[in-house]
Amino acid sequence: MIDLYAAGPMEQFEIVKLIPLSLGSLDISFTNSALWMVIGVSVATAFFVFAARGRALIPGPLQSVAEIMYEFVADMVRGAIGSEGMKFFPYVFSLFIFILMSNLLGLFPTIPGAPHGLHTFTPTSHIIVTFTLAMLTISIVIVYGFYKNGLGFLKLFVPSGVPLWLLPLIVLIEFVSFLSRPLSLAIRLFANMLAGHIILKVFAGFIISLLGAGVAFGWISIFPFLGTIAITLLELLVAFLQAYVFAILTCIYLNDAVHAGHH
Amino acid sequence: MEAEAAKLIGAGIAALPLAGAGVGLGIIFGNFLSGAFRNPSAAAGNQQTLLLAFALTEFTGLLGFVVAMLILFVF
Repeated sequence: MIDLYAAGPMEQFEIVKLIPLSLGSLDISFTNSALWMVIGVSVATAFFVFAARGRALIPGPLQSVAEIMYEFVADMVRGAIGSEGMKFFPYVFSLFIFILMSNLLGLFPTIPGAPHGLHTFTPTSHIIVTFTLAMLTISIVIVYGFYKNGLGFLKLFVPSGVPLWLLPLIVLIEFVSFLSRPLSLAIRLFANMLAGHIILKVFAGFIISLLGAGVAFGWISIFPFLGTIAITLLELLVAFLQAYVFAILTCIYLNDAVHAGHH
Repeated sequence: MEAEAAKLIGAGIAALPLAGAGVGLGIIFGNFLSGAFRNPSAAAGNQQTLLLAFALTEFTGLLGFVVAMLILFVF
């Protein structure tokens, strides 16, 4: 009998220092989170460089995939901001691909026996990563909004057609809803990734404990195994969907900066 | 009451928002389908909104799930 044991569902989120580094009192170690971000960016870069190397007029299979992804994000930006929003296209595209790659690569099963620091890891399952991305978006919105519209950007908090006596309340609500944007952006992506990976590991843990419970219960472990497969499929959908939602909400927020006072 | 028992009860209560998220998702997909059957030609154009609404609603339930998991495994 093989000695089976299941790690708890939270072990997968542990940060492991691969190369300890420090800058004065600042800890800038190269961690497994950083490693998987590097892997994600490398895979995406390699794919797009390789797919676009031919620049054929009639695209081959790989170039088609790259063009579909490009057009998908370009349509999203054009639809939400309009053609003048295309200057934000490189940012939205990088954001989309980075989140998609982080989410998707984290779904791969770990090679059995790999050392702890090299286990499959999802950088977007840590709130500091998603919050940094969300703050980047909101900072761009604020800086560009004031640069483009000057103080007219503050019209964002004053919807048109509201009766004057209601205005103080509406402005307050709009202001709070603006402040909650980075939080909701960050927590949505983080919670989705965290919850999905916990569910996967909880179901995988059921398999192990049923197998360990003896021959009589061993065959029941087929059910959590099927469940794991189903949840992996669902997580593939969620991985794409959350990258998409993050990108489209970024577009919607950028639209406020480009067209302040038009809503 | 023992702290361990209180923790388990708390985790159970924190998982309740999943019920609300389930109802919400049912309303979204149900309304989308009833609209799509009335006017099938307009259905394709609203897929984006549907996915967006799905993700936004699912988030509410997941937040409860995450709180439950944090209570169970982190504290």
